[in-house]
Amino acid sequence: MSWIFAHFDALRDSMRRLLQQPFATALNVAVFGIALALPCGFYIALDNVARFSRELTSEPQLSLFLTVNADASDVKAVEQRLTRHPAVLEFRFVDRSTALKDLKRASGMSDVLSELESNPLPHAFVVAGRSADPDLLEALRDEASRWPKVEHVQLDSEWARKLDAALKIGRMLVTLLGVLLSFALVAVTFNTIRLQILTRHDEIEVSKLIGATNHFIRRPFLYLGGLQGLLGGFGAWLIVAIAVRMLNHELASFGGLFGMSPSLGHMTLQQITVLMALAALIGWLGAWMSVSRHLWHMDPR
Amino acid sequence: MITVSHVSKRYPGGYEALRNVSLRVEPGEMVFVTGHSGAGKSTLLKLVGGIERPSSGSVVINGKNITSMGRASLPFLRRNFGFIFQDHKLLFDRSVYSNAALPLIISGFPRREIARRVRAALDKVGLLDRERARPVALSGGEQQRLCIARAIVNRPAILLADEPTGNLDAAYAAEIITMFKAFNQVGVTVVIATHDVAMIDELGARTVQLDHGAIAS
Repeated sequence: MSWIFAHFDALRDSMRRLLQQPFATALNVAVFGIALALPCGFYIALDNVARFSRELTSEPQLSLFLTVNADASDVKAVEQRLTRHPAVLEFRFVDRSTALKDLKRASGMSDVLSELESNPLPHAFVVAGRSADPDLLEALRDEASRWPKVEHVQLDSEWARKLDAALKIGRMLVTLLGVLLSFALVAVTFNTIRLQILTRHDEIEVSKLIGATNHFIRRPFLYLGGLQGLLGGFGAWLIVAIAVRMLNHELASFGGLFGMSPSLGHMTLQQITVLMALAALIGWLGAWMSVSRHLWHMDPR
Repeated sequence: MITVSHVSKRYPGGYEALRNVSLRVEPGEMVFVTGHSGAGKSTLLKLVGGIERPSSGSVVINGKNITSMGRASLPFLRRNFGFIFQDHKLLFDRSVYSNAALPLIISGFPRREIARRVRAALDKVGLLDRERARPVALSGGEQQRLCIARAIVNRPAILLADEPTGNLDAAYAAEIITMFKAFNQVGVTVVIATHDVAMIDELGARTVQLDHGAIAS
């Protein structure tokens, strides 16, 4: 049982020391918080973009544009091909005059469009694929673009796939940034704990001389490093949460102009847990390295 | 209880503090190690207490060869000793009570037991009414007595004292030596390093004299 009390004592001792130097503690926590908020913020941003693109790619949709001079029989021919094609689930014909009317209404540019002598828009089909499999959709696109009087076939999810590839690179960069900053934070903790060790040098020396194990000496410093990291992780979460809130506020008024209500998702509970655990681990590791190095110099040879 | 065989200690840089020293201390014995300053008294005590390792030779405590002992076992070995250091090594940022309690905290004693033993130890050295004081507020003699309280609080079988009467006047020194005699009488093995020869003559205790790192008598 006594070892539990020993841990409890060490924890209480560390808390007392943190509170004794509120300014230094606040600065350390701020360094942790800001350094961790950077990769976390980027990660959350990428996460949101990824979510957005997933919503779009989940609809396997193609737009099939005919040439401007295509007439009703051409439309009929394409319609028959689409009906017979096994990869097509359903399709909708968009008449060129309907399309122009829609455009006038949606874009608010009816004045400009009315000036036009003829309708520049082609007939179009909006085609839904039978599955979201990108290979299947691409094959359908390539085939349909070879049909007579078909000008252009666009795979709507294609840009999302490109975005996905870009997101992958983004995630890699965020991971790299996170790893580098973690190393920096280990180094920062190493130094702050080293200062603590130097001010408590006498205590460490006497304790060691009268039979303290290295575990006993390390313990309060490990708690100190871990606690600092934990507080820093909390700070990082706070920074990210405030940033997301502020951005959402701006997005709401911005999105309102387009009749949309986009909003960024906050960190999930799981993400927060991982962040806090990592931050505590970073502090713990820095402290461990610092004390171990110091103790190594004190052992008899 | 303590067997030192053919021990030499050479420090980096070539200085030889001890040369081929052998010494045997029986359980319950009280031994004085004397010699001029730099004769190797402190080094001998540190080797016995497992604070330093000999360059050659062996030190056996209670049948255990501590020369070949691993790093991880040394702390537990040191808990068998009560150390009184030449430079006190008191912690000035905490009370008399906390200083005396340190060995028990390190050994993981329950809080109530710590309180009981610390008060008993402070009572033995006459500092019970000063337990809340800071070591700075104590006189030289009182600081030395606090060191002794810290050394005996663990109830060690062996007391190792390095110049315990170093900077004290004769009256205080006699008081301290009387304390050691009392501990010895209840069965504690005591090894004291000192240059204060007059004090030993009075006691008629066993004396080992070191001269330039070797045993002279």
